[in-house]
Amino acid sequence: MGRGVLLPRARRLMLFLRPTSFSTSASAASTREPLHVCVVGSGPAGFYTAEKMLKGHEGVQVDIIDRLPTPFGLVRSGVAPDHPETKIVVNQFSRVAANARCSFFGNVTLGSDVSLSELRRTYDVVVLAYGAESDRSFGIPGEDLRGIHSAREFVWWYNGHPDMYNLAPDLRSTESAVVLGQGNVALDVARILLRCTTELASTDIAGYALDALRSSTIKKVFLVGRRGPVQAACTAKELREILGLKNVHVCIKEADLVTSPADKEEMTNSRIKRRVYELLSKAATVHQEKSNDDRKELHFVFFRKPTRFLPSEDGSTVGAVELEKTLLKDDEVTGKQVAVGTGDFEELKCGLVLKSIGYKSLPIEGLPFDKYRGVVPNLRGRILSSESETAKVEPGLYVVGWLKRGPTGIVATNLHCAEETVASILEDDKKGVVRASSDSKRPGRRGLLEILEQKNTRYVPFNDWEKIDAKEKTLGQLNNKPREKITTWDELLKVANEE
Amino acid sequence: MLSRISQLGTRLLRETRAAGNLTSHGSSYYQGQLSRHLAPAKSILFSTAASSHHDETSQNKEKISVTFVNKDGTEQTISVPVGMSMLEAAHENDIELEGACEGSLACSTCHVIVMDVKDYNKLEDPTDEENDMLDLAFGLTETSRLGCQVIAKPELDGVRLALPAATRNFAVDGFVPKPH
Repeated sequence: MGRGVLLPRARRLMLFLRPTSFSTSASAASTREPLHVCVVGSGPAGFYTAEKMLKGHEGVQVDIIDRLPTPFGLVRSGVAPDHPETKIVVNQFSRVAANARCSFFGNVTLGSDVSLSELRRTYDVVVLAYGAESDRSFGIPGEDLRGIHSAREFVWWYNGHPDMYNLAPDLRSTESAVVLGQGNVALDVARILLRCTTELASTDIAGYALDALRSSTIKKVFLVGRRGPVQAACTAKELREILGLKNVHVCIKEADLVTSPADKEEMTNSRIKRRVYELLSKAATVHQEKSNDDRKELHFVFFRKPTRFLPSEDGSTVGAVELEKTLLKDDEVTGKQVAVGTGDFEELKCGLVLKSIGYKSLPIEGLPFDKYRGVVPNLRGRILSSESETAKVEPGLYVVGWLKRGPTGIVATNLHCAEETVASILEDDKKGVVRASSDSKRPGRRGLLEILEQKNTRYVPFNDWEKIDAKEKTLGQLNNKPREKITTWDELLKVANEE
Repeated sequence: MLSRISQLGTRLLRETRAAGNLTSHGSSYYQGQLSRHLAPAKSILFSTAASSHHDETSQNKEKISVTFVNKDGTEQTISVPVGMSMLEAAHENDIELEGACEGSLACSTCHVIVMDVKDYNKLEDPTDEENDMLDLAFGLTETSRLGCQVIAKPELDGVRLALPAATRNFAVDGFVPKPH
């Protein structure tokens, strides 16, 4: 076995032998009214924020709310099922949730179960970490045709997100799928479509998704990018993985690999771009023998942007994507190389399209929101009343994660993002600007419980999530999987409420 | 105390081996089928295991001194048994080194900067997999490594490792708010 098993055992024992600041500090702070903090969203940004708050402030009480009955956000519903090592971080998050000064309230939706103004009246500090649950779109003709999904929807589907279990993407009517975008999410969905289902069978992929992939007829996946191999948004790790898939023939046009002086400069300035480009070049020059076996094909299509989705013969399902060839030009404002159309078009036939051009955060009532950038205007995590120069800081209101900086980065990016937001909170608390005056103390957790009782919201505490967790693992063992995810709201809440 | 820790480590190692496949199913969240994905980490585990055995006989002789320089500039010098990774050593000594993936080469949170290039040169070159993770490390330098991949060996005695300081600003570019 790998070290992944050794370490958590060791660390659990260590915690037992030598109590850390976590368990001792609660009593030290009992003399003073705690600082009541509510974190909205239990993904990496939310949990890292909770952890840093607990470490940084002895007298803090942190409540994490999430609209789902299950915690961990995209670690559960975003990280690909064949990346179990990336999910190990939930061990750390579970230790945070086990802290006596931290509570989890699942199945609580900001906006319907509790409003932002109610939260702000109830807690000294509210940190929004609810991420990005929508998608950017192209805004081009035909985008509503059947067979076109956002990559997020497809990812949620194969990861058993209860809002997407019934997506039912048709994988049996076509040989070709087009993935628009070349970032890590694009590579994830392409890899899931191409990977041997015998390999996927031992992951925590949703059961229905595994069945659908087993009977999939998709043999070719096209990864389409507006720009070239130097600008591909993926990381070397994900690229190395997909290039090494068993039984997949990788097709990269060598002509696309020609680099301009501007490309070379980009690579000189970016280690990751250089390494991604090297991997692509290497894959292009390894002349794999194209035999008539049943190998699947992965095509990298560079310098193309979609201009229209065309229906198939039935008129309602996508049959092709119209692509315009592009050239790179320097953008004078940003200094970056941007893709511009050449007026030269081609059609790429397909029966499935996954749009992977970025997630998008959604605004909620009473929250300043920068519609153009899709983020909450903020200064080092402090929410600002608007994007304008006359903006004021909203007292006690903070933001972290994708809602703060846009939908990019890896799990660990949230660590530094949370450190920054928590530093701002601690600074403001020291200045005395977050706590209410002594005669109007905010009730914190007690107040939240009252609101939830009034609204008749049956929240899921962490130990009820642990029932779901245990049940999923038991079900998984039957199928030789690490877990069999429960994928409907009804079933999740039923298991959570079992005695 | 230190010898107790190393004994504990050896016992854990034995327990883990004895438990073998039993632990591979559902012992901990999401870890069922990990081994297949852990080829690079696995080879290191073997070397760790071998030197831990060695530890049993020579007790606490085979230890090196390692100094961690924290984000705030403070220093902690610890004694690390040969064969142990810097990530494990940091965690055993309450040093604030993150380890999101617990040493399975799937994150970059245990990033450390080897402060003396001579020490850096004593290390084996990073594998492609480690470099893939270092690509994403925050505040990468020429002598950056992942703490989970730096294994204590006698030549490294006295090595100094800095934790990268969190200085990147995530705020809106160029925006200066008016004080309220």
